[in-house]
Amino acid sequence: MFAPASRKTDVPSALRRNLVRLAPLGLLVLAGCAGRDDLYVLLPGRAKTGALTVTSGGEQRVLDQPYAAARVTRTGKVDARVTTEAEVRQAFGPALAAQPGRPVSFYLYFLADTDEFTPESKQVVKQIFAEIARRPAPEIVIIGHTDRVGSVQYNDALSRKRADRVREELLKLGIPKVRISVAGRGEREPEISTADEVPEPRNRRVEINVR
Amino acid sequence: MRSVLISLALPIVLTLGAASAEAAEDAGHVKVSNGIVQIERSGQRLPAPVGSVVHQGDLVITGADGSVGITFRDNSLLSVGPDSVLSIDRFVFDSTTHQGTFESSLKQGTLAVVSGKLAKQSPDAMTVKTPAAILGVRGTEFLVRTGQSKD
Repeated sequence: MFAPASRKTDVPSALRRNLVRLAPLGLLVLAGCAGRDDLYVLLPGRAKTGALTVTSGGEQRVLDQPYAAARVTRTGKVDARVTTEAEVRQAFGPALAAQPGRPVSFYLYFLADTDEFTPESKQVVKQIFAEIARRPAPEIVIIGHTDRVGSVQYNDALSRKRADRVREELLKLGIPKVRISVAGRGEREPEISTADEVPEPRNRRVEINVR
Repeated sequence: MRSVLISLALPIVLTLGAASAEAAEDAGHVKVSNGIVQIERSGQRLPAPVGSVVHQGDLVITGADGSVGITFRDNSLLSVGPDSVLSIDRFVFDSTTHQGTFESSLKQGTLAVVSGKLAKQSPDAMTVKTPAAILGVRGTEFLVRTGQSKD
């Protein structure tokens, strides 16, 4: 079907000349499609700077310093460089300006063997309400935590029960109508690390994450 | 306005509901929305004001003056600048174990990311793809720009 061009005696020579003249243009268009202007930048984190692995074609680079950057001008070609805060503002200003507010956590504790918040926790509830009021489309995630007394499964259920109870309390206190979800983290995220089966009141807490 | 949105959304919810419960679950919510911002879902484009829900499978699209910030269920924060297209390919998050997957693709434009609980729990949980590369996230803040070169 695709006979070599030289055997095609029926192509008018004028058209052939045109095709020859257009060929470099076609190559340019192809090159334009393949060329990329990609930039990936690692930012300093608030707590710590993490790392980003960039894989393009067979090549991989790890960015692990603040403002470390990788440029990809065509797939499979990764150039490392370092950028600056000013350059980043220039290239990513609107995306950075649109970042949602960072989620914030509050912790509530109960008086022993009661459904009553401690007096300190009542103050915290006021802070939670203020935080909700200043956020667009606010959400609350109520996350129960336990100490390490009991099995993992038992503590999952217990942490969920504590979170449900706090949800009821917050509703009673007239929390503004926002999306509330409830989670139980069990003993996975202790405030104070302990060995298994050690009672620790500071780990028996309920976290209110506002976002 | 709300009833208009609901009547627009209802047929989509019904279609999705038949496909998969996981896909219909909220992945995140729009917290910041400037200029033209749209979500493409099941072939339909909807405006995405503050409070809009983002699902797995959604395409987030911004106009020349648009930008949008989304908070995901694992507290990942993704915000995109103007003339951008971001695909939420996969979002699965277990709020008890923090296990799951967050895969997104920036097709064009700019993206700022603050990773959340998924990336903190396991270093392979979160990836961002561009047409030229795959970015593996090791719990961090980073920026992505992708597009064809102008020359």
